[in-house]
Amino acid sequence: MQKTMTISAKKTTWHDYKKHSTLFIMAMPLFLYFFIFHYGPIYGLLIAFKEYYPLKGIWASDWVGFEHFKTMFQGIYFIPVLKNTLINSLYNLIFGFPAPIILAILLNEVSNRRFKKVIQTVTYFPHFISWVVLAGIVYEMLSPSRGPINILLTMLGFEPIFFVADVKWFRTVLVGSNIWKEIGWGSIIYLAAITNIDPTLYEVAKIDGASRLQRIFYITLPGIANVVIIMLIFAVGKIINDNFDQIFNLMNNRVMEVADVISTYTYREGIKEMNYGYATAVGLFKNTISFTLVMGANWLAKKMGQETLF
Amino acid sequence: MRIKKSRENIIFDIIVYGILLGMGIMTIVPFLQVITISLSPQEELAKYGMHILPQKITWAGYERVLSYGPIWRAYLNTIIRTVSGTALSIMVLILGAYALSKPYFPHRKFWTLIIVFTMYFSGGLIPRYILVNNVLKMGNTLFALIIPGLASGFNLIIMRNFFSNISLSYEEAAKIDGANHFQILRHVYLPLSKPIIATVSLWVGVGHWNEWFDSMLYIRDENKQVLQFVLRKLILEGTSVEEEMAAGTQIFVNSDTMKMAALILSMIPVLMIYPFLQKHFVQGLKLGGVKE
Repeated sequence: MQKTMTISAKKTTWHDYKKHSTLFIMAMPLFLYFFIFHYGPIYGLLIAFKEYYPLKGIWASDWVGFEHFKTMFQGIYFIPVLKNTLINSLYNLIFGFPAPIILAILLNEVSNRRFKKVIQTVTYFPHFISWVVLAGIVYEMLSPSRGPINILLTMLGFEPIFFVADVKWFRTVLVGSNIWKEIGWGSIIYLAAITNIDPTLYEVAKIDGASRLQRIFYITLPGIANVVIIMLIFAVGKIINDNFDQIFNLMNNRVMEVADVISTYTYREGIKEMNYGYATAVGLFKNTISFTLVMGANWLAKKMGQETLF
Repeated sequence: MRIKKSRENIIFDIIVYGILLGMGIMTIVPFLQVITISLSPQEELAKYGMHILPQKITWAGYERVLSYGPIWRAYLNTIIRTVSGTALSIMVLILGAYALSKPYFPHRKFWTLIIVFTMYFSGGLIPRYILVNNVLKMGNTLFALIIPGLASGFNLIIMRNFFSNISLSYEEAAKIDGANHFQILRHVYLPLSKPIIATVSLWVGVGHWNEWFDSMLYIRDENKQVLQFVLRKLILEGTSVEEEMAAGTQIFVNSDTMKMAALILSMIPVLMIYPFLQKHFVQGLKLGGVKE
């Protein structure tokens, strides 16, 4: 027994596939799916270097080398789009990242379990609603005539602002509505981290006369610092990604100059204008950077994880 | 001394409860306003001021949405894609996750890596579109809505990890009784894996319910479009029902009323399963948070 185990561990042969053919058959639909629908498009990335003609197919279309990438960086359209993507991500990072942490800490300070449960139930809800519906709600809430915010503004003597169609305000709308949708959901992971903190620490601090604010700063925050740092690393790793569902549903002609991001641009160029090769090149550029960043983030997180073990 | 401390405590509590209450209210108010608008007669909407709670109630908006044929059709299409898509996904995921959870699966690391890689790198929108639309000719069919997103690396890994934690001794006992892998999966693994199957089903199901982009990409016939896409057209692109109802037999109702009624109708199923959603999603998130 021992002997056969070590042999089979050393070298997997066709014999093993035969022996475990039932298992392989079970996994077959999954493998086929990944092969076709994930590796198929990866093969399709070739058209980033081609002038794709649907009638010729991918392979027979003519090669153009790095032509599309040249157009991308020499043209006037891509750079602003890249800039918008990064600025939006940065705002999301600065304002959106701390929001669920603050919510989790506040929830942890609540001793009334029922109140805590109600707030959690309410704040998790928007996470499950599509951006199509939420965009409709955002438009309604920010409407210059009926939106509560504008009504408050006019009550205070200001002019109503058409936030959704205002270049100066659109990014705020994006960041704000994203926080509104995801703050509750995002807090779950931090709440879980807080429950892992040793309760005796709080007891000792209490005896030593630490105020609740001090307990937050000296126990809760250090207690979840690891999770926060890991989440931050991953958030930074996703800085070139954008939220197509949100932006596409909220954007309109008046705010294009600040709203247009890589995904919406790719969609327009590729699907609407049918510049398949060019749009694929834009996508490939984005995916390559994204891959590099996320891998880097993973590597860093792993490194930190190891350090925290000791 | 003691009194001072508790006073501090009370102030702290007031601040904490106050902020949280504010957050709760800020989350609820938009939904309340949507409900109110959907129920208000036109003259109410024209009035300036807050519309958080309804002053007068009319069901005209709902009647109008419900008399709009495409909405019904879209609702049905969404239900079809959600049910069939989720069932198919879960079947493929369970089978694959079971196989890959076995330590003796041949080249297990290699096959897992093949799948995990797709979580980090993809061909992107255009190659996928060309594949589905031009190569596989799935455009304008239900297949385009349920097959391309059949499984994600993340869901597979979550499920595989859950299966891996089920002791192999069950399997060995079943094997002695002469059971094959399909039987072991069905009679041993599935009963033990209800929570993870519920969680992943809900993930996939809510994803289908909320999805609209693939419908916009691949579906050309009006009567095959899904709910979220029709809502999008109605609400954001301003397709007026007036135009489509052409004949003008209906009394005009403020179309905002109708839009909001349509939003509410789309949220009702989510609201109905929300207790399950909350329970299982939270559970799943914690499972997912476990290191790979």
